[in-house]
Amino acid sequence: MKIAIASGKGGTGKTTLATNLASYLSEEKQIILADLDVEEPNSGLFIRAEKIFQEDRYKMIPGWVENDCTYCGICQEVCNFNAIINLGTHILVYPELCHSCYACSELCPTAALPMQKQKMGVLKHYKKGNIDFVESRLDIGQEQAVPRIAQTLDYINSISDNKEIILLDSPPGTSCPVIEATKDADKVILVTEPTPFGLHDLGLAVETMQKMNKDFTVVLNRFGVGNADVEDYCKKNNIRIIAMIPDSRQVAELYSRGELVYDKVDSFKQSLDSIKHYILGK
Amino acid sequence: MKEIVVISGKGGTGKTSLSASFAFLSGSEAIIADCDVDAADMHLLMSPDFAHNEDFYSGQMASIDNEVCTSCGLCLEKCRFDAIETDGERYQVKELDCEGCGYCERICPVGAISMKEQKAGQFYISGTRMKNTLVHARLRAGAENSGKLVAKVKKEAKRLAEQENKKYVIADGSPGIGCPVISSLSGADYVVIVTEPTVSGLHDLKRVYELVKKFDIKTSCIINKHDLNPEITNRIMDFIDSESVVHLCNIPYSNTFTDAITRGITVLENGDTEMIKVIKNAWETIKKSINDK
Amino acid sequence: MKIAFTAKGSKWNSKIDPRFGRTEYLLVYDTESEEFKSYNNSDIENETHGAGPKTAKLIFDIGADVLITGNGPGENAAIALEKAGVEIFTGAENMKIKEALEAFDNKQLKIFKR
Ligand code: SF4
Ligand code: SF4
Repeated sequence: MKIAIASGKGGTGKTTLATNLASYLSEEKQIILADLDVEEPNSGLFIRAEKIFQEDRYKMIPGWVENDCTYCGICQEVCNFNAIINLGTHILVYPELCHSCYACSELCPTAALPMQKQKMGVLKHYKKGNIDFVESRLDIGQEQAVPRIAQTLDYINSISDNKEIILLDSPPGTSCPVIEATKDADKVILVTEPTPFGLHDLGLAVETMQKMNKDFTVVLNRFGVGNADVEDYCKKNNIRIIAMIPDSRQVAELYSRGELVYDKVDSFKQSLDSIKHYILGK
Repeated sequence: MKEIVVISGKGGTGKTSLSASFAFLSGSEAIIADCDVDAADMHLLMSPDFAHNEDFYSGQMASIDNEVCTSCGLCLEKCRFDAIETDGERYQVKELDCEGCGYCERICPVGAISMKEQKAGQFYISGTRMKNTLVHARLRAGAENSGKLVAKVKKEAKRLAEQENKKYVIADGSPGIGCPVISSLSGADYVVIVTEPTVSGLHDLKRVYELVKKFDIKTSCIINKHDLNPEITNRIMDFIDSESVVHLCNIPYSNTFTDAITRGITVLENGDTEMIKVIKNAWETIKKSINDK
Repeated sequence: MKIAFTAKGSKWNSKIDPRFGRTEYLLVYDTESEEFKSYNNSDIENETHGAGPKTAKLIFDIGADVLITGNGPGENAAIALEKAGVEIFTGAENMKIKEALEAFDNKQLKIFKR
């Protein structure tokens, strides 16, 4: 079973929830935890497991063969992303801007732009007890998160025997990377806070999930601050809140040190328990 | 006119609350730009009137005219993003998968495919309760944020600032280190980086600072929730010292931020006198530093 | 020698646009013919990504030897300009075009290195 943990914006406690939940569930179950926030993965700071596998990840970009080039400029014309420009005596490719659509390569009349591999990031696989933790990180300057996420999900499928619980720590926001990360999830947990900011961003996330026809629920983090508007919103729209995690300075401090929370803060553990019941369908 | 941009390596650091505070302090002297279009929350603190409202288009998507299509299947074969599907007869584009590369449009032998601009969201210009103007936007669910939208928000803010002879443009910048942040920084006179002392905070700060450095803009830093982890706070202080980044202030961990957000006001209006003093001082420092050459 | 400026308008006393990729105009001054030309770059607004490379390409097509701008180009554009052999000077934000040219003649602008 695949469960994505997402939120409309950053800083709502998504990573705290994903890492603690993985750790807690692993007391009874096999878990795969994947950090899909490929621009800034940091779940690894909390899991601290042993690395068992590492692999460079690639994308395909056109490579220029000077000798075959007639400087016709068709490549530049067909590229919708300004990823290739013709400087008269030089064809310049911008790997970070390239979306690997193959148009320039396949439409080049003299086949001077064969597609070739270009490193765009690293995938790392760690193990600790019952947890398999997979992290993938884009190289600095690389902008295309979506293919990176897709590759990571492929890797997870390849190591999964379909019996584990797979937790996907998704990138924040509601744009393409989130859609990619939650596309194959059986259930999506949206993490939010009981404030107007939380409500606003939850609204966007809900809209996205509905558009994708997802089965989703809400976890309310930092419960106790703010107001009841998020609860009212959920009630009105028939959205289930599966847990409310009380606001606590201690949680923030533990997070700041990169420590897990649930074994030290009881109320947090109770919330995880409710989430566990939801996941296991009890 | 000077442009001040507030950014942070990641979300949840208090960037928006602080931007709104500076907006409050500058009152009618500034035009405000919310460039954090992914999580455009600043308006929630400013009671905007959404006076001007227009659709915003960004990025392209293929669309197949089934009247013209001969079902040859070439587009489906060529599209690298599996964005074209067929029931054997009719061909159509999967909205969420299309990258807008335009390859299919170019190769369709009968010209059945055209690229359409995609509606990415709404763009607003609002008067606010702070007696200033807010330029902001709202992305549609699933739409991609881009340098383009950020550039549009900033351009409009600057145009208004020049037209109305304002002293400042204050921009709530985009989080992260991608294309939208570059667009937020481009053309700015002063950057405030908001950070917090967590294991990932220092790392995020360094990454975003690498980017800022390339732009050659005066840079300063606010450490929010500094008492959460004094040790990392010290490391952040050492880092900004060594890079000659101006340390604007340390702000203590406090529920005042959340409280203020809940009431739809800035932290400055929420009665915590110590906090008010700290933020006011920071704003004075920014003003001084930006006005002397 | 052709000197290109990123500008907010098309005139001698227009202001420098501090941005490179998304600059509204490019003004070009030819020191030999003393000719002065402007290129409207405002279409760049429609580019979602890669505004830098696209404007760099225009500079190349114009055949400029020197570029005078505000903050300096981003990494992508800088690579193209370097390949095209364009010398870049920054620090002209807040100046008008003619002031920027003076500052350049008096060697008051900063050389931009990638
Ligand atoms: S593969 Fe597509 S995106 Fe990449 S350079 Fe060629 S045309 Fe541009
Ligand atoms: S525009 Fe590109 S991604 Fe979209 S359907 Fe056509 S070939 Fe596929």
